[in-house]
Amino acid sequence: MLNLVGLILLFPLIGTAINGLIGKRLRKETVGYVACGSIGLSFFISVLVFCGLLLLPPGERLFEKQLFSWIESGSFKSTAGLQVDPLSSLMILIVTGVGFLIHIYSIGYMHEDKGYHRYFCYLNLFTFSMLLLVLGNNFLLMFIGWEAVGLCSYLLIGFWFEKKSASNAAKKAFVVNRVGDFGFALGIMLVFLTFHSIDFTEVFSAASHGNFEAGSFTVTIITLLMFMGATGKSAQIPLYTWLPDAMEGPTPVSALIHAATMVTAGVYMIARCNVLYMLSPFTMTVVASVGAVTALFAASIGLVQNDIKRVLAYSTISQLGYMFLACGVGAFTAGVFHLMTHAFFKALLFLGSGSVIHALSGEQDMRKMGGLRNHIPVTYKTFLVGAVAIAGIPPFAGFFSKDEILLESLVRGNLLYWIVGAVAAFLTAFYMFRLLFMTFHGVSRVEHHAMEHLHESPGNMTLPLTVLAALSFFGGFLGIPGASVINSFLAPVFGGHGHTEVSGAEAGVHHSAWLSSLMMVVSTAIALAGIFLAYQMYSKKPELPGKLAERFRVIYKLLLNKYYVDEIYDALFVNPIKKISVQLWKRVDAGMIDGSVNGIARLVGGFSNILRLLQTGYVRNYAFYIVVGCIFIIIFAVLGKVKF
Amino acid sequence: MITVTHYLVLSAILFTLGVVGVLVRRNAIIIFMCIELMLNAVNLSFVAFAHYLNSMQGQLFVFFTMTVAAAEAAVGLAIIVAVFRNKETVNIDDINIMKW
Amino acid sequence: MEAYLFYIMAAVAVASGVYLIFEKNPVFSALYLIQTMVSIAVLYILLEAQFIAAVQIIVYAGAIMVLFLFVIMLLNLDIKEEAKNALPFQRIPAVLMGIAFFTVICIVLRSKLLQGKHGEYTTAYINSIGNTKLIGNLLFTDYLLPFEITSILLFVAAIGAIMLAKRKL
Repeated sequence: MLNLVGLILLFPLIGTAINGLIGKRLRKETVGYVACGSIGLSFFISVLVFCGLLLLPPGERLFEKQLFSWIESGSFKSTAGLQVDPLSSLMILIVTGVGFLIHIYSIGYMHEDKGYHRYFCYLNLFTFSMLLLVLGNNFLLMFIGWEAVGLCSYLLIGFWFEKKSASNAAKKAFVVNRVGDFGFALGIMLVFLTFHSIDFTEVFSAASHGNFEAGSFTVTIITLLMFMGATGKSAQIPLYTWLPDAMEGPTPVSALIHAATMVTAGVYMIARCNVLYMLSPFTMTVVASVGAVTALFAASIGLVQNDIKRVLAYSTISQLGYMFLACGVGAFTAGVFHLMTHAFFKALLFLGSGSVIHALSGEQDMRKMGGLRNHIPVTYKTFLVGAVAIAGIPPFAGFFSKDEILLESLVRGNLLYWIVGAVAAFLTAFYMFRLLFMTFHGVSRVEHHAMEHLHESPGNMTLPLTVLAALSFFGGFLGIPGASVINSFLAPVFGGHGHTEVSGAEAGVHHSAWLSSLMMVVSTAIALAGIFLAYQMYSKKPELPGKLAERFRVIYKLLLNKYYVDEIYDALFVNPIKKISVQLWKRVDAGMIDGSVNGIARLVGGFSNILRLLQTGYVRNYAFYIVVGCIFIIIFAVLGKVKF
Repeated sequence: MITVTHYLVLSAILFTLGVVGVLVRRNAIIIFMCIELMLNAVNLSFVAFAHYLNSMQGQLFVFFTMTVAAAEAAVGLAIIVAVFRNKETVNIDDINIMKW
Repeated sequence: MEAYLFYIMAAVAVASGVYLIFEKNPVFSALYLIQTMVSIAVLYILLEAQFIAAVQIIVYAGAIMVLFLFVIMLLNLDIKEEAKNALPFQRIPAVLMGIAFFTVICIVLRSKLLQGKHGEYTTAYINSIGNTKLIGNLLFTDYLLPFEITSILLFVAAIGAIMLAKRKL
């Protein structure tokens, strides 16, 4: 069964080819069937592969399939191969599973769009790229996938490219990602220089058995460079600014790419390279700090945003911060677990918001919603499940994963991480229920014309919502503290290196069962407090937020304008670079390069203008030259030999 | 005693006259006639060489030259007639459009 | 006798050539050219080339020059002053080039470069067979292929002349 792994990649690629090449001539239904069918088959194979992996004994759950020898140049060798281990098998299940649901949802959501086949072509290509990213058995293949998902993200953010804001957002996402990818590429090169290989297995075994001391300078540089790539792709400080703007794309795209899968690539990469990261405590501190700060920072911005998708976008950034916090303290399992549950409930929330937007004919401003509870009941119920899940109320999925991260950050990290994480959790619960109350409860502020068209979404949209709601509810049971299925499943990937650390952590959990229980109570209390506050402010006393905003005017403005980060970046980087580029363009390109080329052309032209005067058009003139030529020919040919 | 050199000098004089004629005259027909003069000058040197070298090849060459001259005269004069019909002139200084 | 004849005919040929160049009237130019050709024909007879001399009179002076005169008169070009002289400055260099050309040729002639092998067709031998018969023999034996090709050449020239002279080109 494991041998089938190549097919997982093949189906989405075929779907891309069909929809991309002949999609224009196909009927809409066919396009949808092709796209969903390819991902569905891919998901089916993924399940088979996953089962195949489960049949193996836990210690041997690593399967590599070499496809072909790809690049051989001097000492550099790279094969194209696929690697199935617990981590990548979990990832392919998430990618194809959530991807399948979002594909189905898209059929309903994008039905009116004229770029229907283009949309599904991109979406299939994205799935292919993401699968390549998680299945690749070496850094280079991963990088290819990494870049390809970036490309698809660009294409899909700018899907409605007629809109200036959409194409700008796409450009922004692309450029910001390049900054991170630059670091990632450098990191890969440094890996090759250090380990003389880019295969995961070779590099990691060399790293764990080699002579690299913990904290070695080279490894620190490598891991920091790679983390730079992760901050770009996974929208962490300082490269997070593209993700909120990315909401210009279609909502299912936001759900799939900018919430569930692509943005978690950074977390996956760090989890994949855990051996390297464990060797560098300094980088781990950086990762944890960046994650914690991002979690708090983004959550605080999310408090005051009024665009329903932007709130979710900042929530995504914040949740990704949690995952990095987990990875940074060495709790990779917790990070990946949260990645999985987050994929479920954040996809659910995005699709739910998409359903709301769909119902309101494109309205995204929460100030123009309210009281939708009874009009779109399925959406409301599933959205409620998602909101409860992300807020962290037991027994929903988010509770277990978030609780584990908070616990690990306290056990392995320090109190500061925990406080930041807890505050962020409080904020999360607050802004999610603010969103919920503003959208579904209270009096209706919907505009009149939108009210007339208000309708519940069709079945192919509500079905994925229901499935995802179920997953958001049950998903957490994989990681119940003490009996964590996912912990033992992922142990071979994260336990390979320092066995002591993991067992130490587990021991920590076991030995402090009271701490664990306390933490559960505390985090539940925090979440409930957040929800209660939101209820007070947005359901009971709707006039309160305005008063608060009036009172703390400075802070409110600061948050509403996202701490002016975009403006600061513009002033610090974008505008100077633009100015330099304009100078380069005008002086160097237009002046020097074009000038020299044109100058040579003008010189030749000038000479020709003089020389062409020889061509008088008068036959007698030519005859004259012929005679002169004859005289010279005779002189040269004959007179040299003359003997008198 | 008349040697081959006498004939050759005469041939050279006639040929040069033809060259100068081509260079200074502007009437296409006269230029054409100057070309015939140059052909004749060359023919003369051919025959002179043939005579003094006891060979028949010179005379045969002249025979072929005359044939070519006849063909050339026919086509050339036809061209001049065609040009005249289009431009109402045979002054070759008026026929100078074949240039940049 | 032979020398006198040569000098007289040479003088006539050169004088006619000079007139040919400087005569304003094309008809006179043509007549001077005929005079040159006839005097050259006389020189051919002096050089024991009777057949060539006859062809010179018949083909050149007769056929070709008549064609020339015919075209001149057809186009009615006679005494008309030549209208446009685009290259007046070329006249003196042209004459100088002509002199230079002549000088160079004379230097070549003065040198011993022009040497040839003597063949077997002595005057006595040619006279014993007959000049015309000898040429005829050679044309139809050794030079048959070039001879046949001249027929094609003349044929093509005739077609070309007709095509060019057609009203609608």
